[in-house]
Amino acid sequence: MDLKDLYREVILDHNRSPRLFGRLDPADSSADGHNPLCGDRLHVTLRLEGDRLSDLRFEGKGCAISVASASMMCEAVKGKRRDEIAHLYGEIHAVLTRHDAPVPEDLGKLAALSGVREFPVRVKCASLAWHTLNAALERSEQTVKTE
Amino acid sequence: MSVAPAHAAATAYDANRVWRDFPILTREVHGRPLVFLDSAASSQRPRSVIEAVDAYERLHHANVHRGVHQLSQEATAMFEHARARVRAFVNAASTREVIFTRGTTESINLVAQSYARTRLQPGDEILLTALEHHANIVPWQLVAEQTGAVIKVVPMDRRGVIDLESFADKLGSRTRIVACAHVSNALGTVLPVREITRLAHARGAVVLIDGAQAVPHQRVDLAKLDCDFYAFSAHKMYGPTGVGVLVGRESLLEAMPPWQGGGDMILTVSFEKTTYNELPFKFEAGTPNISGAVGLAAAIDYIETLGIDNIHAHEQRLLALATEKLTRVPGLSIIGTAPQKASVISFTIDGIHPHDLGTILDAEGVAVRTGHHCAMPVMEFFGVPATARASFACYSRESDIDALVAALGKAREVFG
Repeated sequence: MDLKDLYREVILDHNRSPRLFGRLDPADSSADGHNPLCGDRLHVTLRLEGDRLSDLRFEGKGCAISVASASMMCEAVKGKRRDEIAHLYGEIHAVLTRHDAPVPEDLGKLAALSGVREFPVRVKCASLAWHTLNAALERSEQTVKTE
Repeated sequence: MSVAPAHAAATAYDANRVWRDFPILTREVHGRPLVFLDSAASSQRPRSVIEAVDAYERLHHANVHRGVHQLSQEATAMFEHARARVRAFVNAASTREVIFTRGTTESINLVAQSYARTRLQPGDEILLTALEHHANIVPWQLVAEQTGAVIKVVPMDRRGVIDLESFADKLGSRTRIVACAHVSNALGTVLPVREITRLAHARGAVVLIDGAQAVPHQRVDLAKLDCDFYAFSAHKMYGPTGVGVLVGRESLLEAMPPWQGGGDMILTVSFEKTTYNELPFKFEAGTPNISGAVGLAAAIDYIETLGIDNIHAHEQRLLALATEKLTRVPGLSIIGTAPQKASVISFTIDGIHPHDLGTILDAEGVAVRTGHHCAMPVMEFFGVPATARASFACYSRESDIDALVAALGKAREVFG
């Protein structure tokens, strides 16, 4: 196993200076993510314009993989529609968990996370941000439904 | 009266020879020689333990305390021999006080459910310390919920020290049970358990000590400690997983109801009335971990061959050396700086999360524990989500420390 596969330059960069870090206030929805195994904690806040995720922020503490993954995720999903985000999530999930999954071209920077699959105990670090985002999106959907 | 030279035995300690007793240590990890620095989570087993368990499985196995046939008698003799070895090793008063469990966690749960649950009244207090492992917190929370008892916590200082004054402060007229670690798994702090016990007894409280991290590293003399319950696990002292011990004061154990029902813990059963077996079998329902106990006895034999005081001296030397070398690593902070420590070093490095450290060290063949060490309140106190932890055992060598320091350099390289 090669550490350079895991700690690629783009990941180290996003860990050092996370993008879209902070908290939106007011926000349309938010969620907490927690990985009890390593103590990583993330908080995602987001705003919606109809079906579109117009803005979001994350904050929290975690390892380089979880912070970089959250930072790159926020950049990648900002301004996208729900179905586009779901599609992206499906792709990144496959790349993280399936050893032989091809890395789709449209992943962009997120492709840098493909090295994580060689380190199975770290997959949860990379997926924490996505689970937190999904929880926030689902919550906003439920709010919409109950209205 | 003659005086033996104090360090004669210590100078004879040959860590390389001890290292060769542990077959697993010769393997490679990711193409590099294994450097195992996670013994506080679970230690490795020497050849003699592996062979003792193997011989039991091949030649002697049958159920214990049941059959009249030869194998059952042999297995029973080996199981009870293990109990006698444990008794002598920790200097318990009698084998009636030595109960085999699945491990430290089960031992503590046994006391919480069988002793505490039947006695605690609403408002009674259970006194813990701030550095406890989850296994010595959660069982008490469960019993507090069941009885209306209240949990109080003795604070620690920034070094991770529990001082006797703050302990005495928290000890009140409603304190019924004091439960504390002998050695902190996350910080290495050695607690003054003898004095704690004395103070608690003076207030009429019963004392349980979690000895999981103490028994492998220092001489434990329960006659001197005088605590009421003492719990430990085989797998942290070179024995198998899945077997542990609760030593309890006989008068207390006699008065406690069984906490699990089944075979072996009874004398007679009818649908109207069951009479319970005598100690220690009253607390050992069902077929026990016989091979585990056999392995534990072999582990005690192994420790005594090396000499627990020699192991202690060796580990303390490594602890001092590692502390000195790690202190020189740029950005490294040691978490837990008590003057009395077992061979455990928790640390963080500026700008590198412990989880990343763990992965990078692993790629270099160096196994350390990273995370909250099942002591989340301790992490909270020091304001860190997690730490990396290196821990030493009888087979650890100076070269392991050098490998750790080199691997930390590699981590710095990766993170720039």
